[in-house]
Amino acid sequence: MGVAVLLKQVPDTTAKISVTDGRVDESSITKWSISPYDEYALENAIRLKELGYGDVVAITCGPARSSKCLVEAAAVGADKLIHVVTDSSSLDSIQIQALLSAAVKESSCDVVMCGKQAADTNSGSTGPGVASALGYSCVGAVTEVSIEGGVISATRLGPSGLEEVEVGVPCVFTFDKGDAELRRPNVRGIMMAKKKPIDSLTSDDLGVDTSNSAVSVESHSSPPEKPPGKKFVGIESVPEVVNMLRNDANVI
Amino acid sequence: MSTTVIAESSNGSLHPITSQLVGAASALGGSITVICPGGIGSTDAAQISGVSKVISVEGDCFHTYDCMAWSESLSPLVEGDLILSSSSAMSREILSSIAAKKGVPVVQDVTNLAEGFSATRPIYSGKAIEEVRVPSPCAISLRPNSFEPAGGGGDAEIVTVNVSQDITVAVKQALAKAGERLDVSEADIIISGGRGMGGPSNFSHLYEVADVLGAAVGASRAAVDTWDEIPHSMQVGQTGKTVTPNLYIAVGISGAIQHLAGMRSSKYILAINKDPEAPIFGVADYGIVATWEEALPVLKGQLLEMLSS
Repeated sequence: MGVAVLLKQVPDTTAKISVTDGRVDESSITKWSISPYDEYALENAIRLKELGYGDVVAITCGPARSSKCLVEAAAVGADKLIHVVTDSSSLDSIQIQALLSAAVKESSCDVVMCGKQAADTNSGSTGPGVASALGYSCVGAVTEVSIEGGVISATRLGPSGLEEVEVGVPCVFTFDKGDAELRRPNVRGIMMAKKKPIDSLTSDDLGVDTSNSAVSVESHSSPPEKPPGKKFVGIESVPEVVNMLRNDANVI
Repeated sequence: MSTTVIAESSNGSLHPITSQLVGAASALGGSITVICPGGIGSTDAAQISGVSKVISVEGDCFHTYDCMAWSESLSPLVEGDLILSSSSAMSREILSSIAAKKGVPVVQDVTNLAEGFSATRPIYSGKAIEEVRVPSPCAISLRPNSFEPAGGGGDAEIVTVNVSQDITVAVKQALAKAGERLDVSEADIIISGGRGMGGPSNFSHLYEVADVLGAAVGASRAAVDTWDEIPHSMQVGQTGKTVTPNLYIAVGISGAIQHLAGMRSSKYILAINKDPEAPIFGVADYGIVATWEEALPVLKGQLLEMLSS
């Protein structure tokens, strides 16, 4: 029993990303937030808890600043907080999945929830990767979960459309944006969250070797600037633009 | 050097991106094996130029989608220095799972791949570009329309493998069929509307143009958040879908940074907006300053005329 929710702290999606000396300049990022799809995972984790499925354990993996995610999760109802303290930017997918899997084991939860992908790398490797590492089932692109008689049903966007699936535990669910309204913390929740202890674990504590990352970042760069386009005023230009789309751009 | 390509299928046949995956593998040299889950498209895959072998993997588990059952079935058949797949939502899941089972690193949504391996991928939905070095063996998913497709005329041998795998995810009921309309992540041409469309019912004007072009219809986050009738599945942007069509037409979209992040890599961008200062014009190849009410009927008429001539 119990739901572990994996939260990643990312630059807010409204943040400008600037590159200095071949690296994204993190110091210029003024606002860090829980990755948007992870917020849906958190909301659904709390709903499952309200349906009687044990405690919610919020887990994040990242540098010191990431603990803010955990406090935010506690403010809306997470019961236990685990911070895997690491410089996650230098880790490869195997290492991150090993750390998170070890933290999930530590939490003893048999349901794991996370966003379908994070808003920084947009990769989407963590959910299925953690499920594989733990030997759990995995249901992706979920918008809603419910539980009846111990069986969990999920609404997911599958290859043939929106469908309701049943799955046994242990299982990992990755979340898409659904209709669920995200709850906002109240003052009492915020005050209580600040007092909630955070269990800080290192890779050594979890027995994961993080010394050699297989994937090394060579450089970051800003996307190439496009040359200025052609701008016209008024609909008289439409025939000319359509003509250019066909004869210059060859796209229609 | 040997590469295993996991074929992409859609609606029961081979998806054209499979040729792009083979094209990317051919550029690196060596032998190329294409694995077709559920046996879908194996005959077509064998005809892609450069393919050495096709493995048609058949079994009951492929009748429904269970990521773990699929990856468990495919993993033992995946070999070599490089595993390639498309970066579609489903293929990313399967690739991540196979990579985790095999203990190899995975890098997703790569737009350029060179020997070594040296991979380029957009991060922060394209607000920055990252170059990474990944040793073999590794798993890499490729972004559609970023690699030259391999040609036809191949004649690879097809090996059929039967697998048996338990399913743990059972489909109870279909709630809504996949849209009859093309999804934005599949389309070569996309026409998207923003809050400037004034109301969800006005999206019908976008559909009219889309029908002429065979395009998909998308929307900005502002439109999706404002109107319940516009589903999140249509959303283009950092918290929606990142798209790279040949032509992206933005109508009544001002161009918030998170929207630009999701569509700026489109090959050509046409923006229609009544505000000449709208940021969308900064990334557009062609811009028309006009209201959608004026512009869309004329655009539709011109397209009809051109495509019928």
